[in-house]
Amino acid sequence: MNRINKVLEEKKDILSIYFTAGYPNIDDTEKIITQLTRSNVDMIEIGLPFSDPLADGPTIQESSTTALNNGMNSIKLFDQLKDIRKKTDVPLIIMGYFNPILQFGVEDFCKNCQTVGIDGLIIPDLPVEVYEKEYKSVFDKYNLLNMFLITPQTSNERIRFIDRVSKGFIYMVSSFSITGAVNSFDENQKNYFKRINSMDLKSKLLIGFGISNNKTFLDASKNSRGAIIGSAFIKFLKNNNKDNIAEFINSVRGESSSKH
Amino acid sequence: MNSTYNVDNKGYYGEFGGAYIPEMMYSNIEELRSKYIKICSETSFKKEFDELLKDYVGRPTPLYFASRLSEKYNTKIYLKREDLCHTGAHKINNTIGQILLAKKLGKTRIIAETGAGQHGVATATVCALMGIECIIYMGEIDISRQAPNVARMKMLGAEVRPATSGSKTLKDATNEAIRDWINNPIDTHYIIGSVVGPHPYPDMVARFQSVIGKEVMNQLETLEGTKDPNYVIACVGGGSNAAGLFYPYLDNNNVKIICVEAAGKGIKSGKSAATSILGKQGIIHGSKTLLMQSKDGQITEPYSISAGLDYPGIGPMHANLYKSKRGEFYSINDAEAMDWGLNLSRLEGIIPAIETSHAFAVLDKKEFKKNDVLVFNCSGRGDKDLDTYIDYFKL
Repeated sequence: MNRINKVLEEKKDILSIYFTAGYPNIDDTEKIITQLTRSNVDMIEIGLPFSDPLADGPTIQESSTTALNNGMNSIKLFDQLKDIRKKTDVPLIIMGYFNPILQFGVEDFCKNCQTVGIDGLIIPDLPVEVYEKEYKSVFDKYNLLNMFLITPQTSNERIRFIDRVSKGFIYMVSSFSITGAVNSFDENQKNYFKRINSMDLKSKLLIGFGISNNKTFLDASKNSRGAIIGSAFIKFLKNNNKDNIAEFINSVRGESSSKH
Repeated sequence: MNSTYNVDNKGYYGEFGGAYIPEMMYSNIEELRSKYIKICSETSFKKEFDELLKDYVGRPTPLYFASRLSEKYNTKIYLKREDLCHTGAHKINNTIGQILLAKKLGKTRIIAETGAGQHGVATATVCALMGIECIIYMGEIDISRQAPNVARMKMLGAEVRPATSGSKTLKDATNEAIRDWINNPIDTHYIIGSVVGPHPYPDMVARFQSVIGKEVMNQLETLEGTKDPNYVIACVGGGSNAAGLFYPYLDNNNVKIICVEAAGKGIKSGKSAATSILGKQGIIHGSKTLLMQSKDGQITEPYSISAGLDYPGIGPMHANLYKSKRGEFYSINDAEAMDWGLNLSRLEGIIPAIETSHAFAVLDKKEFKKNDVLVFNCSGRGDKDLDTYIDYFKL
């Protein structure tokens, strides 16, 4: 069983953490993954930086710009990850925009993912229809899951379609807005969570966008299998020592540092 | 009619086009895709569109026989005078169409991107005309080098928001506009300024601009006794003025198509915007097309002395014209284009936009026959470029 599915089956209150590969420094990838693993996060999303990340907010774009200036690219990332499975059993997901993957070659990219032990991908600008028609067989061949997004604007009919194609989790975008931290969810968001949960989908849901602290994490977990944190973690990395990653994770979980 | 070089029912031109968009944009794009043809075919829409083009924009624009230019190059040269449109370029044909469409869709807020500011001005103009809120995204660097157009937009009541991310130019202004749309999916319409972006934008913008080519057909029939010139010639940045001129001729092989791109300081200089030659197939702003990018697939910053041509991609229609060889492509460097700004001014008394000047430089690159009929899209006037002309020629 794919590591992602195993976690989705076995765990609740899942915490998935996104970071941009090559940020803040080019060689931080292994250290951040190791620290996140020690902090008992449930999944890790490794961001492959892109020059024009349409679906991301200013924090992640800025980290991507820094990472690109640091020299990050697909070849470098796979090289950094070649021994990563000796260090962690946490499910690893690469999140990246489609053009760099297309230029690398989709099949080559998937093959490299499998070799280093990546479990799935999130490609926000690869539409579900195109994936299903042109790339699903390649993903299947290398045992990679592809995670899709839904938003408050996504119709029930389309959600059913996405649920049929999905084999991992559905990434539930919490609001209209692009990534960035908020303090709490409003009524509209809560109604949206309710609507989706009443649909009884086969795919598990993780909520992302706007999760930043213990309160939003708990709210998200109440309404889904767990939550994804990106911008808030990037901000943490900008201002804090990587050795203190456990403190950030524990604060989100609402646990004291000594518990694990 | 089964068209070969126009868009297919899936939104592709050959292998180019489509809608490679994040899910957050899906509902907006799908709303447009499912409604644009129907709305644009409605009698009331067509009536209002045609009336505004006539009474407000000043259409039809003349098809002018350039006698001195023709004599010099020993061929028959016509200029389609889009420079005489209200606001000084063809851009307003599209913004008139899209503002009417936005109204039909019940949208109350308009956003747009702009590079040099021409599309921003054309958008701010139609928003003022309709009394609709207007926000223009413009790269921070472009804002500082295009002050007159920023002032125009402000006079027209638009808010100009600086794009401060990435390279702080057109592509980043486009990213910011897309982000705004993602954050405001219900009340907002995004007026893209060229035949770029996800389907249906390239086709929608081409349809609104196709008035250019359709007028040429009628005018040429009166002037030359035939609807078909031997050549249609236009500059290509994103490609909207070219798409408008070519549109009715796309599948007419009697009419040859010439696209002129900006070579900047030269194809091999590293400072160029010749996308067809320097670009590779990839995804930019939701469209699969040719774009300038690094080996790793990062989008690179183009350069041209003309701010309207320095987009790192080209429209999928043009990418297909290039790949299929239906279109002949030339790249013209800064110096050649600037010389043609002067040539056209002195031979015909028309000061062209620097974008437009690029197209005419083809006359020095290719031999035409005495009886060939050439139609150039004189897409914009040079007022906005006076500072650049002044600096360059020490006027």
